[in-house]
Amino acid sequence: MLTEAVLAMREPNPPSPVRPLAIEARGLVKRFDQTVAVDGIDIAVPEGAIYGVLGPNGAGKTTTLRMLLGIIDPDEGVRRVFGHDRPHDVARLIGYLPEERGLYPTMKCDEAIAFLGALRGLPLGEGRTRGRELLERHGMGHAIDRQIRQLSKGMAQTVQLLGTLVHRPRLVVFDEPFSGLDAINQGKLEVLIRDLAAEGATVIFSTHVIHHAERLCDDVAIIAGGKVPYAGSVDAARDRIPAQVRLETARGDGPWRKALPADARHDAKEGGNHFWYFPLPESGAEALLRALIEGEAGVLSLSIERAGLHDAFVAIAGEAAARALDETKEETRR
Amino acid sequence: MTDAFPSSRLSAMQAAWVIARRDFLAILFSRAFFFFLLGPLFPLAVGGLAGSIGGQVQREATTNLVALAMAPDDSARMTAAANAIGPQLAGAVPNFIPVAPGNPRAILAQQGAGYAAVVSGTPAAPHLTGPETELVQWRGAIALVAAQAEGKAQVAFAPVSIEAVQQTTAAARSDRIRTAQAGQLLLFLLTMLLAGMVLSNLVEEKANKIIEILAAAIPMDAVFMGKLFAMLGVSFVGIAVWGAGAGLFLLANGAAASELPAPALGWPLFIALGIAYFAMAYLLLGALFLTIGALASTVREVQTLSMPVTMLQLLVFFLAAYALTAPGSTLELGAIVFPLSSPFAMLARAALNEAIWPHLLALAWQGLCVLTITRAGATLFKRRVMKSGPAGKSKRLWSALPRDVSSRRA
Repeated sequence: MLTEAVLAMREPNPPSPVRPLAIEARGLVKRFDQTVAVDGIDIAVPEGAIYGVLGPNGAGKTTTLRMLLGIIDPDEGVRRVFGHDRPHDVARLIGYLPEERGLYPTMKCDEAIAFLGALRGLPLGEGRTRGRELLERHGMGHAIDRQIRQLSKGMAQTVQLLGTLVHRPRLVVFDEPFSGLDAINQGKLEVLIRDLAAEGATVIFSTHVIHHAERLCDDVAIIAGGKVPYAGSVDAARDRIPAQVRLETARGDGPWRKALPADARHDAKEGGNHFWYFPLPESGAEALLRALIEGEAGVLSLSIERAGLHDAFVAIAGEAAARALDETKEETRR
Repeated sequence: MTDAFPSSRLSAMQAAWVIARRDFLAILFSRAFFFFLLGPLFPLAVGGLAGSIGGQVQREATTNLVALAMAPDDSARMTAAANAIGPQLAGAVPNFIPVAPGNPRAILAQQGAGYAAVVSGTPAAPHLTGPETELVQWRGAIALVAAQAEGKAQVAFAPVSIEAVQQTTAAARSDRIRTAQAGQLLLFLLTMLLAGMVLSNLVEEKANKIIEILAAAIPMDAVFMGKLFAMLGVSFVGIAVWGAGAGLFLLANGAAASELPAPALGWPLFIALGIAYFAMAYLLLGALFLTIGALASTVREVQTLSMPVTMLQLLVFFLAAYALTAPGSTLELGAIVFPLSSPFAMLARAALNEAIWPHLLALAWQGLCVLTITRAGATLFKRRVMKSGPAGKSKRLWSALPRDVSSRRA
């Protein structure tokens, strides 16, 4: 039953017709020697959205982002950023924080921020002024004149993040922005991403941590094995999975059992109570409850839980991809 | 929140300038650059020391001291004769050292004396004792001196009036070849010394993980161009410092201006073309080095690659130097057309030939080659370097992805 449901899910979601698209990609393919890294990806990111690219390591997230930014060119397919085929044509409107953070070690903090701004067309003097302001605002005023090599890893990451935003981009792309950050800084980054979106910027980030995507994103692209089996809103992804029913009954059998799906999972506890887990039937909760009561099932408790993004990911991308996602999370944590 | 920029992108020149400015200043104010400037002092010091030691050894090894083991009267006559004709024969007559007559072999064997040979007997019948090479060298001169001492062959030197000229028409070409060779050698040494800096440049960028940020913001062609011109600027600073140092050294030692014959195009134009061809040679080699350096992932790989690249530099230099001996030949044309040897061959041509238009054509051709190599390098870099994730892992994941799905809870 779920297989059929997920097969239906593989049809790409149409982008929201209301907002113009900041990024649009169709049929992107990238091969590295004999390896197909990205295999026909379609993505549509509306302007002003917080968009997550969700998948395990090696799924093709970074390659996809690099193609969208023009760092590498796709072997097949088209990409448009603010309607431009060549992303470098709108480089001033974009900010990018790669997964592998790096700055020139001998540069001072404000110079590093100004240089990153200059790469995006911000005059150096203006960049330096804004850099100093940003450093002050983020509690790093004392480090303005310090060289990058004199900073801690976390402080250097903050400097690079500020450099990504110093030219006030309309589109901000983060590749695994939460990796390497402690819980406090992860929280700060989440706030920053929300603030950016509130100010009108489009934010797209890749992650292997479902909770970040679930908390932040309006839309997600689930990517696994170089393909995107789902792209659309988080709500729609969750709604694709039927709500899960958790039922506790006093009796283990009776005519009421007909109201439960045949593949409902059954746990019998020592105290005599019975637990049942199954997707909510299409007839709805009321019909189910009526059948249980009329059949004298001895209902002790019944809860209906809306599917989470993790469930959606498992259903959409498969158990193997979900395992890989969990492994990636573990590796990162270690 | 967002800025309204006059344009949505930097032009290629603006982008290259951002890179060039950063690289130029970073290198110029680095400690490594200071030591780099001192670099030529080391081979010069080593060369000077080796030359001094070598000269001393040579002086010790080759001597023109010949012992005169004759009776005092005979010795005096021989010495007077040698003094009379020696100055006219410029080194062809040995330095006679009178010694007490004795066994010539014993005299030769005296420790610390260092005689090349011994002349004994009398001026009428001189006897020369020494190694075979010394006998061959001094036999004629001693015969002449002995004849002079005996009064048998009074040598009378006719007065010769002399006039020094800078150059003769017949010798002009062969003289200018010296200038061409010197120009080629200087160009080669400078490019050899400076272009190596480019080789490790992009490896450092990759080590700093900056390269992805650069590649995301501006086209790789502009990154390459910016780096090339930064290094060219740095090399000009180096040349200016070394040139000033060499000039001061020459002035302090009262040295005259170059004794090299004037090139066909005259010194000012030749120097201007030399600068232009140095820039082109540097950019061409730099573009090649940058590409190779970009494809290497570690400093060790760069070091491994530097050997064949240095050999290539040598081959190119030899090609251009050899083409100098065959003006107008297919070989010279080949050296001019082949981009890496073109600046060397054309600089030699500037020393030998008065036509200017071939230089304009050559500079345009070399500039085009710089652009082409840079673009090819940037394309190769994008294709080969900017990959992400381990290929094996992604392949494994790809093959492991199931087609059927199942819920974790169901």
